[in-house]
Amino acid sequence: MNRMSVPEKLAINKYELDDGHPHIEVSTEICNTVCKTKACLFVCPADVYSEQEGKIVADWAGCLECGTCRAACPTEALRWEYPRGGFGVIYRYG
Amino acid sequence: MDDKFDVIIVGAGLAGSAAALKLAQAGLEVVLVERGPYPGSKNLSGGVLYGRVLDDLVPNYWEEAPIERYITNQRVVFMTEQASVNIDFKNQAFQETPYNAISVLRGKFDRWLGEKAEEAGAMLVPGIKVDEISVENGRAVGIIAGDEEMRADVVILADGTNSFLAEQLGLRKKFNPAHMAVGVKELIGLPRETIEDRFNLSGDSGVAYGIVGYATQGVAGGAFLYTNKETLSIGLVMHLDELIHTGKKPAVLMEEFLASPLIEPLVRGGKLLEYGAHMVPEGGLAMTPQLSMDGLLVTGDAAGLSINNGFVVRGMDLALSTGISAAQAVLAAKEKGDFSAASLGVYRQLIDESFVMKDMKTYANAPSFMKTERLYEAYPNLLVSLMTGIYTHTGQPKEHMIPTAMKSLKESGISLFQLAGDGLKGARSL
Repeated sequence: MNRMSVPEKLAINKYELDDGHPHIEVSTEICNTVCKTKACLFVCPADVYSEQEGKIVADWAGCLECGTCRAACPTEALRWEYPRGGFGVIYRYG
Repeated sequence: MDDKFDVIIVGAGLAGSAAALKLAQAGLEVVLVERGPYPGSKNLSGGVLYGRVLDDLVPNYWEEAPIERYITNQRVVFMTEQASVNIDFKNQAFQETPYNAISVLRGKFDRWLGEKAEEAGAMLVPGIKVDEISVENGRAVGIIAGDEEMRADVVILADGTNSFLAEQLGLRKKFNPAHMAVGVKELIGLPRETIEDRFNLSGDSGVAYGIVGYATQGVAGGAFLYTNKETLSIGLVMHLDELIHTGKKPAVLMEEFLASPLIEPLVRGGKLLEYGAHMVPEGGLAMTPQLSMDGLLVTGDAAGLSINNGFVVRGMDLALSTGISAAQAVLAAKEKGDFSAASLGVYRQLIDESFVMKDMKTYANAPSFMKTERLYEAYPNLLVSLMTGIYTHTGQPKEHMIPTAMKSLKESGISLFQLAGDGLKGARSL
């Protein structure tokens, strides 16, 4: 097996992208003031979260919908819900 | 009211479709709502399906279900960076139907079970996300999706491990990371003959591995690998609290696991077909939510039902069984014309009397035992060191096994007292 990056792996998956309807929102001021762990930056298996110019940004299109970030977030900064019906990751094998 | 149904089920996974099938067979008007474009499209499993309960639901299921392989061979592996010690269990009796355990791909299997429910008369509505449960005077009366409402005598929540709806209704608390595990999984394509040669399989038989130790690099949890017809399902399951504590990244651990000397030869030449992740409710009885309220029942992963004792990881059979029990409870309630929590409470009795709660209780201490740190580093090291001592020949005369074992124990840093304690704790919880 050739070693692959997370974006390369996600590119193999099937998604129905819901343009203009992000299902994840981050209130980064809470992350920056209250949060000590910023666990979302490392627990997410899809590397959805990154820190850019001092803000936590969610690249939600690649989300695998596991919910780990929501369970790991120690603050109220994360609004994570399922994408609208029919959208998001579509597991062909599972 | 014309547009009121007997039952609305949220989620067409194994629990939801099992309930829908049973209720439709009994002649009830059942709506099965699924947020994905088809049943299974949001589902992911990291273990084999123990088949007995499936045979109760769909007699002779193997004649029609999209099974990958029947599992005749189970392997437990203690792994260090360089070495591994296996317990390899094979039983030809596991070739007999109804198969003890099977491997499945949920994208195909759940779709089939959803179709079975449809054929029996359930109405499957895919592509709809239920936003909330309508509640009137403390009683669930239907579902709300967007600006539409649909009503029923009973709602069954089968909306999976994240069950937003159970949380909204206050039936379960917010997640405690100590009760959750995160699973990452790759589906790797290989030619059928390669899989059969590489894993010593014949026909449609299959193998399932449970791996502890270096796989998760000290994070409580383990790895799984099982064979499908022309694919391998492989992944890691890690306790979320430990992952947060160590700051390790699941995707990085997964890459290192795939490249390890134990795994690399098994997946060599394979093609990645899918990369997925899923949360597993591993808190055991400590996280069981309230399972019923007036007009509503909670099933499967939404009810936090799974068992991981290190050797065996189960959830799908529990989901099927609770789906069946929920259907039975609804039928009993319908007979009485009473859908109150008290009347639906027979659900709890049914699952208490079934293998579901009996097994949850048998393995009640497994979640805490699985958090024993020594399980993930010290014990794999001890076993490997012991085997290395036995099989290494340097030209020096050999010692008896007991001094070799004592030396390995000393090197491992485990005291005899801890060894005895863990042995006792393990024996009691497994």
